[in-house]
Amino acid sequence: MSGPRPRLAVFKFASCDGCQLSLLDCEDELLALGERLDIVHFLEATSRVSDGPYDIALVEGSITTPDDLTRIQEVRRASKFLVTIGACATAGGIQALRNFADHASFLAAVYASPQYIHSLATSTAIADHVRVDFELRGCPINKTQLLEVIRALLGDRRPTTPSHSVCLDCKRRGTVCIIVAHGAPCLGPVTQSGCGAICPAYDRGCYGCFGPCVQPNLASLSAQQIRNGASIAEAVQGLRLFNVNAPEFRQESDRLANLAADLPAPEPRQRP
Amino acid sequence: MSTNAAHETAQFMPHTGLQRLIDVLCVRGYNVVAPKLSQGAVVYEPTTSAATIPFGWIEAQEPGKYRLIEDGEAGYFGYTVGPHSWKQFLFPPRAVVSTSVRTEDGWNVSPPADDGVSYAFLGVRACEIAAIEVQDRVFLQQAYVDPIYAARRERVFIVAVNCTRAASTCFCNSMRTGPRCQRGFDLALTELPDGFVLEAGSDRGREIARQLPLQMIADAQLVTAEQLRQRAVDQQTRSLPVDGLHDLMLRQLQHPRWNEVAERCLSCTNCTQVCPTCFCSSVQEVTDLDAAHVDRVRTWDSCFNFDFSYMNGGVVRNTIRSRYRQWLTHKLGTWFDQFDTCGCVGCGRCITWCPVGIDLTEEVAALRSESTP
Amino acid sequence: MSTLIPPSQSPWLAHRATVKEITPEYYGVNTYHLRIEPLPDQRTYDVAPGQFNMLYLPGVGEAAISVSGRNHDDDTWSHTVRTAGGVTRTLEQLGQGAPLAVRGPFGRGWPMEAAVGRDLVFVAGGIGLAPLRPAVAWALAHRSQFGRITLIYGARLPGALLYAREYDAWQQQGLQLQSTVDRAESGWLGNVGVVTLLVDRLRPLNPQQTTLFACGPEIMMRFVANSALARGIPAERLWLSLERNMQCAAGFCGHCQLGPAFVCRDGPVMRHDYIAPYLEVEAL
Repeated sequence: MSGPRPRLAVFKFASCDGCQLSLLDCEDELLALGERLDIVHFLEATSRVSDGPYDIALVEGSITTPDDLTRIQEVRRASKFLVTIGACATAGGIQALRNFADHASFLAAVYASPQYIHSLATSTAIADHVRVDFELRGCPINKTQLLEVIRALLGDRRPTTPSHSVCLDCKRRGTVCIIVAHGAPCLGPVTQSGCGAICPAYDRGCYGCFGPCVQPNLASLSAQQIRNGASIAEAVQGLRLFNVNAPEFRQESDRLANLAADLPAPEPRQRP
Repeated sequence: MSTNAAHETAQFMPHTGLQRLIDVLCVRGYNVVAPKLSQGAVVYEPTTSAATIPFGWIEAQEPGKYRLIEDGEAGYFGYTVGPHSWKQFLFPPRAVVSTSVRTEDGWNVSPPADDGVSYAFLGVRACEIAAIEVQDRVFLQQAYVDPIYAARRERVFIVAVNCTRAASTCFCNSMRTGPRCQRGFDLALTELPDGFVLEAGSDRGREIARQLPLQMIADAQLVTAEQLRQRAVDQQTRSLPVDGLHDLMLRQLQHPRWNEVAERCLSCTNCTQVCPTCFCSSVQEVTDLDAAHVDRVRTWDSCFNFDFSYMNGGVVRNTIRSRYRQWLTHKLGTWFDQFDTCGCVGCGRCITWCPVGIDLTEEVAALRSESTP
Repeated sequence: MSTLIPPSQSPWLAHRATVKEITPEYYGVNTYHLRIEPLPDQRTYDVAPGQFNMLYLPGVGEAAISVSGRNHDDDTWSHTVRTAGGVTRTLEQLGQGAPLAVRGPFGRGWPMEAAVGRDLVFVAGGIGLAPLRPAVAWALAHRSQFGRITLIYGARLPGALLYAREYDAWQQQGLQLQSTVDRAESGWLGNVGVVTLLVDRLRPLNPQQTTLFACGPEIMMRFVANSALARGIPAERLWLSLERNMQCAAGFCGHCQLGPAFVCRDGPVMRHDYIAPYLEVEAL
């Protein structure tokens, strides 16, 4: 390749660093990647950093502090192609559970001197604040998809990541449907593919780590889950996880929570 | 033994003969695939032992629900069809269709090497034979032949099993695809309490049969076999009348029922993936970082996926309504135009394995009513 | 006419090909002249008018592109491509000399021989002229076997009219050209408006003696077909070239279905009375 190598930067906001680690997990491909890209800002790997502009910025984490609000604008300004990586960056992450609670009382309960804590009442996706060129879902992201994104950007084409449900992956690998065979709660039918359908292969329902698939029919799945013996509260809990603030999951969990609130007596908490 | 296939004599094989059958097939170089209990269901997996075949199990099926049940009377093949089908071996969920290598002179694109595997399917039901015949029409009998399917299909050895029970979701009788295996097998078994009635359906089958511990069959055994097979007919409660199905589907493209079913349908693809005749696929490029070696990998896909009909910047079937309609009208309607057969064989898998229990026989009944249900 | 690959041949095999020349046609539209090497078991490589190829860039993917011409002087086949997705964008960047692979030809083309003896009307919109160009060439090469030959062609702007350099030659060979644009530019003295208007006004017209081939946006073809039917051209002599998501091109993958048709295998050129009922249904 002629000319200077494209400059890649990795930035972190509120997150656990797991998605950045996916880049380091690329082990074999990392060397080849290093030849094609100049990794100029990646604190997880090296403390040597350089300023922008950047050709590709991978942004991990959600916006949870006033400082984040200004820093994400700076990252956006310095970056040609901004890719958000992971559930925190694309939907607000598990920490977006605070969006459903009283932020001030959380602070008071956890910190002896909450007045020193400067955090926002919400955890929100990067795309709620700046223009995002591509979103890579997952908790954590999938390394093969990350490589596809980088490869596509190097080839100046749009990355292709599948938008189908987890069910298709279960079927391709021969996993028996745990909703049908066990009556287990599983978000697979409404969750975007990306993990390779790991959990159902180990008899666990899908947790929705890759967020809602295109046109998810959440109301129908919730109804079936409840027919299969789950309480409304459990159905709400199932949706309020890593992608709790993804619009479709949030709306359905709110709808169910309101439904439960309207019921005369509290829902009995029974296991399916 | 008479070689006249038209009037083949049935023989009796004791239960112990099943292991002998597997051994003979293995010695012949077949990769034997048979039912097995796994993940709470009967699935199809390679085996070398009759002991992995689920002896003493039946299952209860209903829309959106499947449960295994122990049953002392069940024998080796008391259950009906589960989530797997034989399509996963003939039309594998993932297969390389070509490999490209960049050279000085450009791209060299070559077909994949044939893996040479010969499968012997043990326990193929009548509806499944019908399904294989449907996929034969798709992959072998049109203008083009799919080389992957063709190579695997040509070598496969089929040991059929006549059902002696039906699940609540079965409707092969109304589709005229079962439950009795009429053709398309090398050997067929009907299980009796102490063994099997064995019939050969091909020269290959007769050749294998000669190596099995067979006994002359008693009239009473034939009567019992017929009664057991009749039980699988009598137990069927669902039906899908084939007559007029094609015209019905094409007449009802604007029926309000499509809106109603779209409220329930998850568009999750489960029905299409468990269906033994659904054949939709997509091809992806799998490359190294420098893209000098590229595999084209074909994977199972589904008309229920949002971007399946993507073209020219838009998606044609952009609602669940339009995708469910595409699936059902294709399966029961336009399939006749394309392949001169129905796309449904009445196995009931799409009913059981739909996570929300949508029942196509019920949908068709609703579509038969002209007005809003 | 409907040349199909012999059934024994795998649809997945690809010809080696090279981009010999690129003719820019319009903003984002180029004609790629490809030298295509026959497969080892083929003596020649041939394409019927209206058939398409899968242009394959290993590692990027495939695009279904109709063959838009044959150049005997440099032994190439033309493919006119609008840059729209990953494959076409990469193709544009690769430029002259680029190696690629080609699967095909696929599908049923224009029924040229069945149209012999009749008046021919070609109706094209935008890049829809590309699949019709080989049919125009075929008809002009067999000029004496046809009655009147008319091409009605519409584009967004005068500059977007494809193959303008060839119009004089076509007209000299006995093709009557009527073009129209959605928006005129300075210097444009021709028609402004949709092609349907020109179909409505076509004179002289002997509908019982006419065969009409149309290719363009689906909505355009539907209106053209309605006009043609209103003018008395029988539905069984109205042919449309359709576009759907072609992936395997052999009728195996299911993507391109439209009602009973696999557009890749039963089309892309289909008779109006066969396919029209399905074009009327939304999101089919």
